[in-house]
Amino acid sequence: MIFLRRQVPLLITLITGLVFAGQYYVPHPASEQMLTSVTKWLQIISGFALVLGVSSLFHVHAVKIRRKEAGWGYSFVLYVSMLSTIAVGLWSNGKEAVDGTMTAFGWVYNFMMVPLQGTMFAILAFFIASAAYRSFRARSREAAVLLIAAVIVMMGRVPLGEYLIPLSGDLSQWILNVLNASVRRAILIGVSLGTVALSIKIIFGMERSYLGGGKE
Amino acid sequence: MNRDNARSACGAILPVAITLCLSVSSVFAQTTLAPPQDLHAFDTPSDGGGSLTVLWASSSFDNAATRYQVLLSEGTTVQDSAAMQVVAEFPANQHYVRESKWPWWTRPAAGDQHQFTLRNGRGVQLKDGISYSITVAALRSDVREFATPVQATPQPNWINWNQMNNLMLALLFGGIVFYAIGTARKREIFLRRIPGLAAVDEAIGRATELGKPILYLTGAHDMSDPSTIAAAVILGRVAKRTAAYGTDLLVPHRDPITMAVCQEITKQAYLEAGKPDLYKDDSNFFITSDQFSYTAAVDGIMLRKKPAANFFMGHYFAEALLLTETGASTGAIQIAGTDADHQLPFFVTTCDYTLIGEELYAASAYLSREPVQVGTLRGQDIGKALILGVLGIGAILATLGVMFDAQWPQLFLDVFKDVK
Repeated sequence: MIFLRRQVPLLITLITGLVFAGQYYVPHPASEQMLTSVTKWLQIISGFALVLGVSSLFHVHAVKIRRKEAGWGYSFVLYVSMLSTIAVGLWSNGKEAVDGTMTAFGWVYNFMMVPLQGTMFAILAFFIASAAYRSFRARSREAAVLLIAAVIVMMGRVPLGEYLIPLSGDLSQWILNVLNASVRRAILIGVSLGTVALSIKIIFGMERSYLGGGKE
Repeated sequence: MNRDNARSACGAILPVAITLCLSVSSVFAQTTLAPPQDLHAFDTPSDGGGSLTVLWASSSFDNAATRYQVLLSEGTTVQDSAAMQVVAEFPANQHYVRESKWPWWTRPAAGDQHQFTLRNGRGVQLKDGISYSITVAALRSDVREFATPVQATPQPNWINWNQMNNLMLALLFGGIVFYAIGTARKREIFLRRIPGLAAVDEAIGRATELGKPILYLTGAHDMSDPSTIAAAVILGRVAKRTAAYGTDLLVPHRDPITMAVCQEITKQAYLEAGKPDLYKDDSNFFITSDQFSYTAAVDGIMLRKKPAANFFMGHYFAEALLLTETGASTGAIQIAGTDADHQLPFFVTTCDYTLIGEELYAASAYLSREPVQVGTLRGQDIGKALILGVLGIGAILATLGVMFDAQWPQLFLDVFKDVK
């Protein structure tokens, strides 16, 4: 049993890891075809995995409703919304429009989902303002440097700011292209090395905790 | 008198006329159009097929006023070169081997030769395994001089030799990591303090004291992304501590596969902590794959359950600030770790501690102190030192190459070019 739970997954990881690391260096169409096939497999597996996710969702919220936990009303709304969307989707054959006419499913998507998503995204503007206010308070030397740099960049990025402080345009570009870009590249180099090191550990079975954390 | 004048005038004009004739004939000889020399064509190496490369020698008439045409026809026999399809035309002082993107170890000829690569698209349709005739014509005004057509057959290749530097560097880095792991097994390696990770215990302790849960997010990507794997590995360490302290753990997911993996990791962590009875299957739960629906749900959890500590590990997009700002408003200790450089400013602004980039990958080593993990970290540091050295040496060599118009720095620079 331990062989099936441990050794087989590690063997599959080793073989597929090495094969697909090597695939990067093989330009032959057969290699590309293999990658495409595996990507499709992944999509199919993800489709089946969605059953896991939905069953988890149903279970968690069913428990909340049954136990009448705090906020169980939200769980009830979720159940009603999900089941009615599934019913409408099946009734519309999963199509948003037929012959240019919007179906009920299309209506749910366009007039409920999209505005709700837009609302969440729009809140971001207010959150940026509150986060900026908190971080730009010059409480320390570092915060003061951040504040000055931010003011210069903001002035340099809007026409009125550049009109009032002509130097801010060039200075802003210099901050973005030299200071900011070099720091970003340093971070990216570190991230890339970390990614490669983690991949090596996973491929060669040195990192196994993603299988369940055991060391046997 | 008139005869003397005429004789002296002739004597003065004659040398000028001879000089003029000689110089005109010399100029004429230099710019006389001739068929391109040393033409040869071959399958473009290191590609997936559907491509041919043509080489020919540079000429004395290589200037902007003269143009080259590359002509193509299917089959191995050519009755009339002029009837072939013109697939490219460019000034004669362009398309040299030295201008190509191929590194020095795959360049097919000396840098002063002309090179043109034909690829599928823009009126060119090259089929693998079929022979084509190719020629190059030199063109000025209405005059065209054709080279003798040559034949070549496009084929797909099994190895991309252009990326061998990438492979060598990957193997070198892999070797360094293995060496560092071996060293870490023999002696202890110093790890600098990472405040964000040192605060993990503090955050869990605070949650325990307040009797509130801990919220842990694994990011927007699925298990194929290293940042999600790193987040799942850290979850194992965090879960072990929450099990030891008996604190509730909430892990909402965007991906069902990640959820299944994290359930196993959490269960194992509770087993290792000796508290399997405290493990709850529902601690890892799926919400939705949709970005903002997930964000709204997690924000709701934060506001209703008021977790004492929020962990944001993995990769994030626009939802980063929506999550962390809501968490900050509830007064929770917030620890973030991400490789998403665009979201780092938001995390730094709204979280108490942020693991920047590679620190996310270092977290596992820091929390476990296992030799394999710590050795990998040392390997990464050696890799960074190497890259730093290459950046410095490369900058100096590139500058010298420009200053002295030398090609030899390219031997070094090509090895580290296009490593991605």
